[in-house]
Amino acid sequence: MVALTIKDLSKSFGNTEVLKKINLEIEEGSFLVLLGPSGCGKSTLLNIVAGLETIDEGSVLIDDYDVSKVEPKDRNIAMVFQSYALYPSMTVKENIIFGLKQAKVSKNRIEEQLQKVSAFLKVDELLNRKPSQLSGGQRQRTAMGRALVREPRIFLFDEPLSNLDAKLRVEMRHEIKKLYTSLKTTMVYVTHDQVEAMSLASKIAVMNEGIIQQLDDPQKIYDKPNSLFVADFIGSPSMNFINGIIKKESNSVIFNPNSENEINFDLTHYEFISNIENGQKVVLGLRPEYVSNSENSNKYMKKLSLKPVIIETTGFDKNVTFDFAGIEIIGRFSPNSGVELNNNHDVYLDLSQISLFDEKTEMRI
Amino acid sequence: MSVSHNLTYKKLEDRSKITNLILRYLLYIILILFAFYFIFPLYVMLVTSFKTMNEIRQGNLLTLPSQLNFESWLVAWGGRGYGAGDTYLRPFFWNSIKMVVPATFFSTFIGAMTGYVLTKWRFKGDSWVFLFILFGCFIPYQAILLPMARTLGELGISNSVFGLIVVHSIYGIPFTTLFFRNYYVSIPNELIKAARIDGAGFFKIFFKILLPISAPIIVVTVIWQFTQIWNDFLFGATFSFGEAAPIQVALNNMVMSSTSVKEYNVDMASAIIAGFPTLIVYVLAGKYFIRGLTSGAVKG
Repeated sequence: MVALTIKDLSKSFGNTEVLKKINLEIEEGSFLVLLGPSGCGKSTLLNIVAGLETIDEGSVLIDDYDVSKVEPKDRNIAMVFQSYALYPSMTVKENIIFGLKQAKVSKNRIEEQLQKVSAFLKVDELLNRKPSQLSGGQRQRTAMGRALVREPRIFLFDEPLSNLDAKLRVEMRHEIKKLYTSLKTTMVYVTHDQVEAMSLASKIAVMNEGIIQQLDDPQKIYDKPNSLFVADFIGSPSMNFINGIIKKESNSVIFNPNSENEINFDLTHYEFISNIENGQKVVLGLRPEYVSNSENSNKYMKKLSLKPVIIETTGFDKNVTFDFAGIEIIGRFSPNSGVELNNNHDVYLDLSQISLFDEKTEMRI
Repeated sequence: MSVSHNLTYKKLEDRSKITNLILRYLLYIILILFAFYFIFPLYVMLVTSFKTMNEIRQGNLLTLPSQLNFESWLVAWGGRGYGAGDTYLRPFFWNSIKMVVPATFFSTFIGAMTGYVLTKWRFKGDSWVFLFILFGCFIPYQAILLPMARTLGELGISNSVFGLIVVHSIYGIPFTTLFFRNYYVSIPNELIKAARIDGAGFFKIFFKILLPISAPIIVVTVIWQFTQIWNDFLFGATFSFGEAAPIQVALNNMVMSSTSVKEYNVDMASAIIAGFPTLIVYVLAGKYFIRGLTSGAVKG
């Protein structure tokens, strides 16, 4: 069953078009992450779903009912904000039950819900404190409690972890995932953090300039990005890109980098290679984990000897930046690989894992 | 090498110590001088109010009174008790209280509402509306005297405390709006969004969520308005006379219109009485004044 539908949605602020004909369908019980750089329209989209922004064109449907003109409180949604947005003058308890009181829910029911939610989120010890007396994580829990207590059809999260420090962010991310796993309620989550998106989502919508660039499950987005933008935005360090030209010969297809005439990559195996014309200008993308020092059994390995210019240690591996004829290529090396700065090193490129993009349209081939 | 280095450092350290000490003493001397300068008029007023006229005629401004003489204070507050021409402050003091309390309340409340709308319920052209309201801060009092007098006349409330309440409430709105708008701008809009999802409407959000966290700016506004309205002379003198006059007008009448001898001790006592309420407000709420003016976003 479809929980949320967005049809041909457009929105402008003054002369800036923030959303351009967005279409989206979310299955009940799925976790959709809207991912994109700041200013891509993802928060506006979420606010429109919540009813906090008006719609210029198009419509929003919750459970197949057009809610475009329905007040936020009647949309059966709950929202968690980046700044937590806890009411400063109220205690944790008052914050959590404020919505229920507005909805004139009976006292017994309110008490019951409060008990359940505060125990679940482990804020039952803090009920009489003011938000200013809470730590970041506790505020976040309270904000989630306020959403949870309404038992909404859809949860909306607007960058809820951005204000937390790195360690707490990972913890709370875990909590949100746990919450989702136990509730199985539909969730829409906005973030600019791709790690957050990858780890939480059952579906990711990558947005840029008011358009959904790709809507897919996380692994598909990572492995087969459908545009240069998505390929570049997802993954850290980001994908390596090499501009070049395709040369088709009688029974093989060769990729020749623009910057390096001597080296050719044999791409005969690429699954959509027949869609490419001879002489077409393309961008070859390869994730850093497929640029390594290990020669495995794969027959599509391409061996190069390259000069390391930057080495970054992460602990579980080393991100090594190589100079490939003026282009920087980042590879993931094992910590004990013995790679040294400025000493040429053998590098293996796994060509079975490449993505090819048309240079002009920037779309995946 | 290192020894000579240490010596140079020692010398520099000693020198900077001495300079700091001299500068510090200089600073204190200047501050004390200024403090004297500011307290001086109040001192003269106080000692004069406790002197008898004989003592005053001797011409020593700074000497303490031979004994505490409350006569002039009683006269300033309650008069001498004989009929015509006996002006004293008591009835006018209550006039001013009856004027300043409601006027401060209404102007503060309206300013809070306007500030709330201008920041949290944005509409097309709202910045222009704010600009026009702000413009009111810069209109000199004198410019609105005539139109206001005519308006009050039409409404039939000229020469009344009620009329003055209306004038001061309206004239205060630009300032109070400015205060509250600047305060509410720093409060995250997400708070309003959260409340809307929770089902709170326009007034509920204002009274339940914004007003409870507005204490600092309310204090600032109340002090500001109270002082302005209490100390106002021009509106009081223009729109009221006789029994409806506020205390500042009465003070002026008392001091300027005495026919016989100038009674400096009574004048001084009257002036202090007229300035007393604002002093009280400052002493009670002064520390919130600075805090409120400088407070930024609400944390949490």
